[in-house]
Amino acid sequence: MARVPHVAVAALFVAIACSSSDAGRSRSASVGATASLPEADTSSPVRDSAGRFDAGQWVMSAGDYANTRFSSLNEITTENIRGLKVAWTFSTGVLRGQEAAPIVVGSTMYLVTPFPNILHALDLANPGATRWSFKPGPLNAAQGVACCDVVNRGAAYADGRVFFNTLDNHTIAVDAGNGKEIWRTKLGDIHRGETMTMAPLVVKGKVLVGNSGGEFGVRGWMTALDAATGRIVWRAYSTGPDAEVLLGDRFKPFYPADRERDLGVQSWPGDAWKVGGGNVWGFVSYDPDLDLIYYGTANPGPWNPEVRPGDNKWTSSVFARDPDDGQGLWAYQWSPHDLYDHDGINENVLLDLEWKGAPRKLLLHAERNGYVYVLDRATGEVLSAEPFHHITAYRGVDLRTGRVQVVPEKEPKSGVVVRMICPAAPGAKDWQPMSWSPRTRLLYIPHQNLCMDFEAAEANYIAGTPYVGANVKYYAGPGGHRGELSAWDPLAAREVWTIKERFPVWSGTLATGGDVVFYGTMDGYFKAVHARTGAELWRFKTGSGIIGQPITYRGPDGKQYVAILAGVGGWSGAIVAAGLDPRDSTAGTGFANAMRDLPQYTTKGGTLYVFGLP
Amino acid sequence: MSSAFPSRPGALVLALALVWGLGCERETRRFREVPPTATPGSALRLSSINPGPAVPDSTIRSTYAENAYAVSEGKRLFTQFNCVGCHAQGGGAIGPPLMDDEWIYGAQLENIFATIVQGRPNGMPAFGTRLATSQVWQLAAYVRSMSGLLRKDVAPGRADAMQAKAQEQATTEQRPEESTTPPQAERP
Repeated sequence: MARVPHVAVAALFVAIACSSSDAGRSRSASVGATASLPEADTSSPVRDSAGRFDAGQWVMSAGDYANTRFSSLNEITTENIRGLKVAWTFSTGVLRGQEAAPIVVGSTMYLVTPFPNILHALDLANPGATRWSFKPGPLNAAQGVACCDVVNRGAAYADGRVFFNTLDNHTIAVDAGNGKEIWRTKLGDIHRGETMTMAPLVVKGKVLVGNSGGEFGVRGWMTALDAATGRIVWRAYSTGPDAEVLLGDRFKPFYPADRERDLGVQSWPGDAWKVGGGNVWGFVSYDPDLDLIYYGTANPGPWNPEVRPGDNKWTSSVFARDPDDGQGLWAYQWSPHDLYDHDGINENVLLDLEWKGAPRKLLLHAERNGYVYVLDRATGEVLSAEPFHHITAYRGVDLRTGRVQVVPEKEPKSGVVVRMICPAAPGAKDWQPMSWSPRTRLLYIPHQNLCMDFEAAEANYIAGTPYVGANVKYYAGPGGHRGELSAWDPLAAREVWTIKERFPVWSGTLATGGDVVFYGTMDGYFKAVHARTGAELWRFKTGSGIIGQPITYRGPDGKQYVAILAGVGGWSGAIVAAGLDPRDSTAGTGFANAMRDLPQYTTKGGTLYVFGLP
Repeated sequence: MSSAFPSRPGALVLALALVWGLGCERETRRFREVPPTATPGSALRLSSINPGPAVPDSTIRSTYAENAYAVSEGKRLFTQFNCVGCHAQGGGAIGPPLMDDEWIYGAQLENIFATIVQGRPNGMPAFGTRLATSQVWQLAAYVRSMSGLLRKDVAPGRADAMQAKAQEQATTEQRPEESTTPPQAERP
């Protein structure tokens, strides 16, 4: 009931967006329209009366705060999808890994390219036409401290503004109408190896952003910026004293071992927490009812675990925080004393489901370590953790203590090559986001099937250079295929169907009201499968391998469209995007070895494809 | 034992010949390094054209590129200064591969010296004064060995780390490609 006013706001929003498009590409007209946006109550994006975001738009990377990547649009169905055709395309002009989700507000699509992070605004009423392009001009040198290609995972919209991050650590707010910069705030320093690649989330007038740099000994943080001014409201580090991790009286982690003070210091040797990683480069979720944000933290630095005895809190963890002041409510560490670069940044999907007979607020997470976790998102209790991947490095999660059980024989040691560690460093699943369909009650998990050899080595900290200390190479796990798309029933904790792919499925997935699931492959196919059976319904060969995030929206003509960026790259595709030489099996931090045949299947690209029914 | 010696004179002669022959191929061992000239100076060029009459190429004959000890020091520094984190063991990662025939900023020893000292615009850090001049030359010599551009007897023959590729000594010479496109050409 309280949300009824949002309907009016939504209507107003759409009207304004449409009127600005009617004004054509006249910048002054757009400025006028944007300036007339109501001051109050527009900080939360457009929603319908049920509290869901308006299905016709896609205002943030994950589609909604809960990170479901589900759209109720159902014009495209399992029956008519065979007629799906390219409606229009757009070249981003950049030939590096295209990991971003385009966002759609009114009749405009916004997309941010990999470095040099150009923000394009495309007119959906006049397909392919560029309303404006904003060039932020990031420092060239930033490319030298980006661990895994110079990617960007997308922009976010709120309140007439588009927010995005640049590789050289600026968060920028741009006027959605005319493409003029409103503010920019510098948040980090490339001279310490810091970069920013994640897609912001806007919650209650705050832009939530985090840093990358886990391979450079960068101390991780999440920062909230005032959406109006760009001023820093709070910053929560992932390591260090409680005062800097923002853990106070309200911090009540579920497991007793996590309740001691200053664990972000005590669980490290000496000052190692200052260069200990725990970066925040994944997607952020928000639960408006509990008023909590959720996000994961990345691997500890360096990879060599011998030099950092202890749990290394709060790396490879998940935080629940108050968006207003950043205070932590609870935290849980997926992988205490991570051994294998198993970041905990994978997205957290927030669902209200019946769990063992009682309704419960759940958080679902497919972790790099190979387990699908079901947590109570109010308390941080682990309710279930079941493997979705072949695992040799762990023996399961002890639900009494919440600790994942490591296999001692697979622990890395200096000067010893430990073989057949599964999952490999990129994990059973990396950043590529899964989707959830409330119609099928299944998660659609894009993932890889890789194992690795790992030799711990000397790690020297020199600011601005890699701090890794490991020689690694990856290869296909059992079965020989390197990727999969799996439909997973989180309540039964079992796989319902799976599709094997030649290469890692490094794209996100999208589930729709038409019971169609979309995803892309690194050999360049954009595919649609039946949400219930996994049967392939349709495919289209794009110009380059796909590692992006598919989205869907209702165009100005009222029809449903599906959009995806094609352009191979990222960590998995660096062999093509950066021209790595796989004669060295440690190239690309070990990934090139597993991808040595990728150059036979795809070349570089950077093109947006939009599909619709004729 | 003693009876075996005179009964196999042929084998002894062969063994001596082998030792003599192989020894002849090794570089002269120096126990004290000659201090190098500080900078590559006028030998440094990134373009194959020049105004006016053709100027002959002048390359520095660095003693470091002809000395197995110096090159093995370069290999050690390559890990110690985290070059390995960006270039892997030659296959590249954040930075480009060094074991292939593509040289964005020149394949000559002095080009590599300058690249390490000055840095390069698309992310190569300027190591400048962080390294002693002699160390830069050692690194530059080792970098050339990664694509088989040094004499086989000078290039490192084994690695202490996980075997990830053919050793430098066993790497086939990759003739430097003249037409490498700098990566910034991709920028729109």
